[in-house]
Amino acid sequence: MEQLINWFANILENTAWWGLPAQPSAAIIIWSVYGFILALVIAPLAMIVLTWLERKIIARIQDRIGPNRAGPFGLLQAVADAIKMLTKEDITPTGADRIPFNIGPGLAAVAAILIYAVIPVAPGIIGTDLNIGVFYIVAVGSFGVLGILMAGWSSNNKYALLGAFRAVSQLVSYEIPMVLSLITIAVVAGSMSTVTIVDKQSWSNGGWYLVAMPVTFLIFFLSSVAEVGRSPFDLLEADSEIVAGFHVEYSGLKFGMFMIAEYVHALAVAALTATLFLGGWHGFFVEQLMAASPVAGAILGHIYFLLKVGVIVFILMWFRGTLPRFRIDQLLDFGWKFMTPVALLNLLVTAFVVKLFQPAVTGMGYNIPAGPLASFGGVGQTIALLVASLVVAFIASLGVRAFARRSRSQSPLRAVAGIEN
Amino acid sequence: MTAIPLSWWVTVATALFVIGLYATLTRKNAIAVLIGLELMLNSANINFVAFNRYITPNQVGGQIFAVFVIAIAAAEAAVALAIIIATYRRRATVDVEDIDSMKF
Amino acid sequence: MTEQIIFFIFTLLVLGGGIGIVTTKNLYYSALFLSLTLSGMAGYFVLLNAGFLAAVQVVVYVGAIAILILFAIMLSRRMMTADEPQTNRQTWLAAIVSPLLFVALLVVVLQINWPLSTAAPTGDTLLLLGLSFLGSYVIPFEVISVLLLVALVGAIILARDTSTDTGRKG
Repeated sequence: MEQLINWFANILENTAWWGLPAQPSAAIIIWSVYGFILALVIAPLAMIVLTWLERKIIARIQDRIGPNRAGPFGLLQAVADAIKMLTKEDITPTGADRIPFNIGPGLAAVAAILIYAVIPVAPGIIGTDLNIGVFYIVAVGSFGVLGILMAGWSSNNKYALLGAFRAVSQLVSYEIPMVLSLITIAVVAGSMSTVTIVDKQSWSNGGWYLVAMPVTFLIFFLSSVAEVGRSPFDLLEADSEIVAGFHVEYSGLKFGMFMIAEYVHALAVAALTATLFLGGWHGFFVEQLMAASPVAGAILGHIYFLLKVGVIVFILMWFRGTLPRFRIDQLLDFGWKFMTPVALLNLLVTAFVVKLFQPAVTGMGYNIPAGPLASFGGVGQTIALLVASLVVAFIASLGVRAFARRSRSQSPLRAVAGIEN
Repeated sequence: MTAIPLSWWVTVATALFVIGLYATLTRKNAIAVLIGLELMLNSANINFVAFNRYITPNQVGGQIFAVFVIAIAAAEAAVALAIIIATYRRRATVDVEDIDSMKF
Repeated sequence: MTEQIIFFIFTLLVLGGGIGIVTTKNLYYSALFLSLTLSGMAGYFVLLNAGFLAAVQVVVYVGAIAILILFAIMLSRRMMTADEPQTNRQTWLAAIVSPLLFVALLVVVLQINWPLSTAAPTGDTLLLLGLSFLGSYVIPFEVISVLLLVALVGAIILARDTSTDTGRKG
């Protein structure tokens, strides 16, 4: 065993460059490898569990039972779906470009799986701790957009192309509020690394960011749901919209890849929300247990993380079962005319509040004096951020009220019913 | 000291620049000319960052320049593509050999 | 040793993509090869201790510029036309001049004695970048913001479809 570890450590000879400490011990190697494998394994597990969960939850919302034939409570439904998908004929339309046609779904799926590399599941368990963690997530999202465009164009089908255009406009439009809300979190946490963001959400540092910045949470959550393409933003893939959009010509396993990409991305969004806003693996007794026994603390951290991810996943499915679908122009209006200005205003106000509460920082040749309210510490910052968020929400609601008034006064119903505004 | 000498980086950057130059000079489609232009800008970026890493590794001046180059390339690509789309709407062609007079 | 292997792989992506851009007859494939080259460049930036720049490269170049180029290609051609030759009359001249230029540049550049520094590279480029952008380089930073705003507004106005305007003001 000793020789194995030495051999492995010699392979990673420039380990400082890879991010591990030089000559890592056996424990560090095992933890790193476990985190790495977890990042890879979550995706297929997500597919199996989420498909079953979604169909059952939506069925109950719609007052029916859902699949209960394949195995007890329909648990083997995912297996049945997988077998069906594998045995379908793999059709490539004539005139389609073969290579982009085949690469498109793979690129979309890979882009979704890469997100899991920077999500801290438990204290010390992460795929890789990049110092540009949240920015990396935005970067890999761009690969998914490229995959969709390749799929739409190479299908040699007008409807697939139009569907791909609409999908790309939606994804690109909602990247901007998402990036702005991620910048807001980075400003408050002082770092883009997801591990640091989770560490800053402990009780002594001010608690979860959901409490401190509810407006940022809403902006991030809604734009991420739009990025994934789930309801109510799911006109990318709905069966009645442009004949199922950009994947109309796909069948069999390639279509299955698009489905995998969507579910994996949805779970990644839920895990991200839990990490950035709900405190990741923080919970009762995790820090005390970590000090006593790292393994038990890590297991407790896992459990808390899974609970939080489960809550967000349930909210995602709740959206799908309840809300109707947006039209493309309503969706783009909402993204550009409401979410982006609110996200910008939120960023400005948050940066101002953080500056007020900033502790003094010295070193690396600069010397920033403490903000005037720095003595109140993390909890004071949380309360001030909450107040600032409520102010931003109030201003946003004024905008919504003005818009609603204008659209009511222009409604054609007014002339018919003779209603005065 | 790293295993890759600076001359390798400069060679790759020069090769990419020459490929981009060839693409700009020999293609008929205006969008292909723009693609060659992006290659040349990228080769300049490689040079900036490589020199930053090997000559002043404790400072980030080269990386800042590279960020500015990326931002300018984005602005230029957006405006150039808008012009190309507008030209296509009026003349139904984006062939640079056909668009050779200001008067339509 | 591992660094050299990684450098070689990314060089294959970058230069292979570049050669693909100039040799393929299909403009759509050129744009896809451009995305390949730009992604390889992001790998280069990671090797050169510029992680943030690698992410910026992917977000801006692959996620925006390459997609914009693909959009423009799709909006300015009919679907799947048989492609006429993509090259113009200058091909032979450019094919002679370009390698000559390459050799000339290499001969000049490789003879220079660069003042190489053996100091270890800084670990936290993100912090230094942030300090520089709001410290010594704040004026170009603000100018770039104005430039991007002007480019945004200009591109929207240039690409606007004026055939559906009814002459009504704003």
